[in-house]
Amino acid sequence: MATHEDIRAPGARPSEPSRGEVPSPRDDHLTRSLPLPQPSQDNAAFYAATARGELRLQRCTPCRRFRHYPRPACPYCLSRDFTWEPSSGHGTVYTWTIVRGPTLPAFQDKLPYNVVDVLLDEGVHFVSEVLDCPPEEIRAGMPVEATFVPVTDEITLVKFRRCA
Amino acid sequence: MRSESSIRDQAAIVGTGQTRFSKSLGLSEYEMAVEAIFAACEDAGISPREIDGLVRYDMEQTDEEQLLSVLGNPLLRFFAGTGWGGGGSASVLVVAATAITAGMADTILVYRSRARGKQSSYGKDPKQGGRYWEKLATALPGLNQWHVPQGLVSAFQEMAMLSMRHRIDHGTTDDHYADVAIAFREHAMRNPNAVMRAPLTREDHHASRMIADPLRLFDCNIETDGAVAFIVTSAERARDLRQPPAVILAGAMAAGSHHIRLSTMFERSWEEDSPVRVAKQLYEMAGVKPREIGAAFFYDFFTSLVIIALEQYGFAPRGEGGPFAADGGLSWQGGRLPCNTNGGQLSEAFIHGFNNTSEAVRQIRGTSTSQVEGCDLVLVAGGNTDPTGAVILRRA
Repeated sequence: MATHEDIRAPGARPSEPSRGEVPSPRDDHLTRSLPLPQPSQDNAAFYAATARGELRLQRCTPCRRFRHYPRPACPYCLSRDFTWEPSSGHGTVYTWTIVRGPTLPAFQDKLPYNVVDVLLDEGVHFVSEVLDCPPEEIRAGMPVEATFVPVTDEITLVKFRRCA
Repeated sequence: MRSESSIRDQAAIVGTGQTRFSKSLGLSEYEMAVEAIFAACEDAGISPREIDGLVRYDMEQTDEEQLLSVLGNPLLRFFAGTGWGGGGSASVLVVAATAITAGMADTILVYRSRARGKQSSYGKDPKQGGRYWEKLATALPGLNQWHVPQGLVSAFQEMAMLSMRHRIDHGTTDDHYADVAIAFREHAMRNPNAVMRAPLTREDHHASRMIADPLRLFDCNIETDGAVAFIVTSAERARDLRQPPAVILAGAMAAGSHHIRLSTMFERSWEEDSPVRVAKQLYEMAGVKPREIGAAFFYDFFTSLVIIALEQYGFAPRGEGGPFAADGGLSWQGGRLPCNTNGGQLSEAFIHGFNNTSEAVRQIRGTSTSQVEGCDLVLVAGGNTDPTGAVILRRA
């Protein structure tokens, strides 16, 4: 299992300027630490599940369709009845990019890195990253499965790995 | 279908003004806004005190309160904002035309002032100049929590993913991207106001560094400071003013769900996508076909998105925007559809689409440095993501 060291930014520079340097307003305002989700009542169940190592998605009770991101009504049939159901965690890469910079200082040390849109078997799209996959090997249609990367006590990010 | 209350032919752009464009002007957004607004009033031959309506981006930092105090306290009776970034760059004109049609105001100011040079940050808020994405919060309660923590932090990365899917589906190539970049650079080289005026070859394009695959440096808009303002009034009053009016023949807006939430965008059909819906509404109101358009101004934040816009606005069949742009397809002279004859946001300046609208007005007035012959109808489209809007301008 990957640890948070894989995705945190150990090299994020401190915001304190060294002695004698006048910080430009621009540098002073840069986001240096890793931006993280701030869960709300609408999605707390999602983050509670990922913290347990489970990917759960909202599923509409009457029409049975899955949806992501979490929201209080079904975009297809408008029903507000839903359950949180486990996802298979399997899907394929629908589209992707390799971020080569510029990017946020928090991600600077991982450049270049991939970002993928995974089409899960449940029919929903999920933006994530394929771990342990060199940039030149990312392909659309590539089968992937979910893996879980704890970042804080509260937040575990869902990442993916290649699979057969 | 056209109802009596349609905005069709009701309003016109009668004044335009702008600052210089530069990678760094060293001016405040407030100062730039005032310079552009005074220039637009002078161009129209009106006093700033005559302004009684105002439409701006909701992210514009120079607000009504700041403006009224320096415009001689005009008696404002209509004001509105359009949301969601570059997608709203033409929607501001749709809203202005709607207010004119409804009699809510006579003389409407539309403007955008932006210190968007990469060193032009002047505050902590992402809206306060520079690169907005470098100033994101570290706790994300909104929808960006679903992609920013994964490293997808900015528009160019989001649009890279959309562009990649277009290549997967349709085989769009680096050469197609270069065709757009080169055509617009050639236009910029003829435009003394443009920031990027050095020649650009296909080899230069392909050799430029990859920013986020498949987008290279020369596929991305430049980062500049500047402001642009317009005065919109009724088509009737426009006849008595100083400049040949650019009549707003038709306008349309659409919203579905936000483009950067890839998780929802890819779940919609092509026909439901907002730019496709805007195009349909627009041509219907105007009663014209794409082939009648003399020049088009797409929101060229990325070369790939221009190619997609060509398809969404019905100039090329779906998937064939790339071949349409090839062989000088977008050139001011002899192109299948002259586009962004100012050099666009790829080469003139990045004033959130407003500099493209300025050039659209020049094409209608016949004053462009790359003037398209017989250019009676001009399309101006906002960022072709979601939500978005567009107008068709015509000669009076």
